[in-house]
Amino acid sequence: MLRIEGLTAEVEGKPILKGIDLEVPAGEVHAIMGPNGSGKSTLSYVLAGREGYEVTGGSATLNGVDLLGMEPEERAAAGVFLAFQYPVELPGVGNANFLRTALNAIRRGKGESELDAMQFLKLARARLKELQMSEDMLKRGVNVGFSGGEKKRNEVLQMALLRPSLAILDETDSGLDIDALKIVADGVNALRAPDFSALVITHYQRLLDYIVPDKVHVLMQGRIVQTGGPELAKQLEASGYASVQAAA
Amino acid sequence: MNTVVHSGAEGFLHRFEGLRARLPGQRLDWVQALREAAAAQFRTAGFPTRRVEAWKYTDLRPVSDAAFDEALTILGDDVALPAPRGERRAVFVDGRFRAELSQLDDAGFAIGSLAEQLPRLEGRLGALARPAEEPLVALNTMLFEDGLLVTVPAGVAGGVLELRSLTSRSERPSAFHPRHLIRLEAGASLTLIEEASGPEDTRYLHNPVFEIELAEGAVLTHARIQREGVKGFQLGTVYARIESGATYDNFTLNAGARLVRNEIHAVLAGPKSACHMNGAQLLRDGQHADTTTVLDHAAPDCASRQTYKTVLSGKSRGVFQGKIHVHQVAQRTDGYQMNQALLLSPDAEIDSKPQLEIYADDVKCSHGATVGALDADQLFYLRARGIPEDKARSILVEAFLQEAIEGVTDETARAALESAVAGWWEKEAA
Repeated sequence: MLRIEGLTAEVEGKPILKGIDLEVPAGEVHAIMGPNGSGKSTLSYVLAGREGYEVTGGSATLNGVDLLGMEPEERAAAGVFLAFQYPVELPGVGNANFLRTALNAIRRGKGESELDAMQFLKLARARLKELQMSEDMLKRGVNVGFSGGEKKRNEVLQMALLRPSLAILDETDSGLDIDALKIVADGVNALRAPDFSALVITHYQRLLDYIVPDKVHVLMQGRIVQTGGPELAKQLEASGYASVQAAA
Repeated sequence: MNTVVHSGAEGFLHRFEGLRARLPGQRLDWVQALREAAAAQFRTAGFPTRRVEAWKYTDLRPVSDAAFDEALTILGDDVALPAPRGERRAVFVDGRFRAELSQLDDAGFAIGSLAEQLPRLEGRLGALARPAEEPLVALNTMLFEDGLLVTVPAGVAGGVLELRSLTSRSERPSAFHPRHLIRLEAGASLTLIEEASGPEDTRYLHNPVFEIELAEGAVLTHARIQREGVKGFQLGTVYARIESGATYDNFTLNAGARLVRNEIHAVLAGPKSACHMNGAQLLRDGQHADTTTVLDHAAPDCASRQTYKTVLSGKSRGVFQGKIHVHQVAQRTDGYQMNQALLLSPDAEIDSKPQLEIYADDVKCSHGATVGALDADQLFYLRARGIPEDKARSILVEAFLQEAIEGVTDETARAALESAVAGWWEKEAA
């Protein structure tokens, strides 16, 4: 389970997270919703360990392991996966090679044996099929020339291969048409298991029609101001964040 | 006032006086004349200084301030010969051909020592080199002792030929100036993989000059791997003349030496000929590498591509100067030049000088240059997927070089380059 207590963080000296308390039990999917500038992306970067996001207080643990003291790659090996809002293009790096290097790095971290090129290809093909993705995707440079939808699907493919215990989806729905949205949601739903939890960060309720969360948290001005069931997302969609702000 | 200074230009001129009677071709008038003329030119010009425009970014004083002996003619066993890359290879030690180390049997065409064939090379040796304009070429002409001589007859596919240049370990700095002559007759092809290396604890100067003639429709892949010892200097000049329909494909990897100049003069002399000059420079603390290309589009409908990538760490310095001269006759020229540098350290420096001179009106010619550090977003993306920072950096450096290396179509040549790049990174990460 992910446990965050009193987490505060700043970017370039400006406080963004002002005391986050949050628990995502194993097996559950929680959504974090909030208006622009509320700190949603900052929370995801702080959990993944991006440079420039300075933790000033509090703690974050995954299955009892302190995340905040680890390098990004150590967090990944510990089971954290961040699906990027803007997946980065890596010209000159082949997608297959990238995926295999990442998978083997994580497997090494877990003390598992590495996969050779053939074993990897077999696994990757199976995952591609599940995600209705073309094998061409493996031959291209990482995210290079991918459409918005392809980039997000590539994130989900990575997630399906790396099998994290905590997936953080940072606005994965942005820039997706409805078909791509469904495929992405199916990919996440397929990973649902007693030892998997997810934090779905989104501005809109739409994605939550397909990935139905166990809980919805509303993040505003660096704090979680409201927590409820899936119906909270629908409520927000109808009445907007202003109503929550007024209530808080 | 009878102090004699034997360093720099004077040192080499002094040695020429002492050696001239022993240099190959001493009984051939035309060789004598070439050497004497070159000596006169070198005496007048001396080593180029930074006041000379073409040498603005490369200071040759570490070379010109040093004193070099001629390489010893009797060699110890102090040379480690790496495994061959292909079936045929010509091995040079300290600039001299070593038949007993080479494998050139049943090539089906002429490969061998230039010194042995010198009497038959009148008019060919020196046909392309311009000692009057390049003092280092004058130095080579004055003192060359040997070199590789290759002639691939018309229509013959020459396969892969390896040219190994080794330097023996020595207490005293030595200098050698090989002259390599490569000629591909009409429709012939050859892949020449050249690798130069030397001991890490020996100071030496390797000053090779290539004269490359490609007749109609000939194709030469020329992969150069420069891994000289860290105290070594390499000042190399390549002249290539490319006739109609012929292709010259040069890739130069600079990964060694304290100071290196890779200078290429290529002339697209016949219509529909092509020239690819790609390269990578991988520099560590204290190294200086200079790639200078001069490309003449002297005929219509020719294409040229240049992609040079420099990776710099520590306090190193890289230079790229690329001049494209499109003559008036060279209509429908298609020229492209790209030069990019990746700075891994705040103390590294790159100087870049592209230069286009276009006298034809129907021309497609573009060039660009970029300088940057590793991209923080890319690095984080890789690390967020579990890839350790060192590995992530090496992936990005390889990706940066990829565009230049993938231009090398010959698989043997590309594999040789890729393994040299991997070797550089292993040392860098250590």
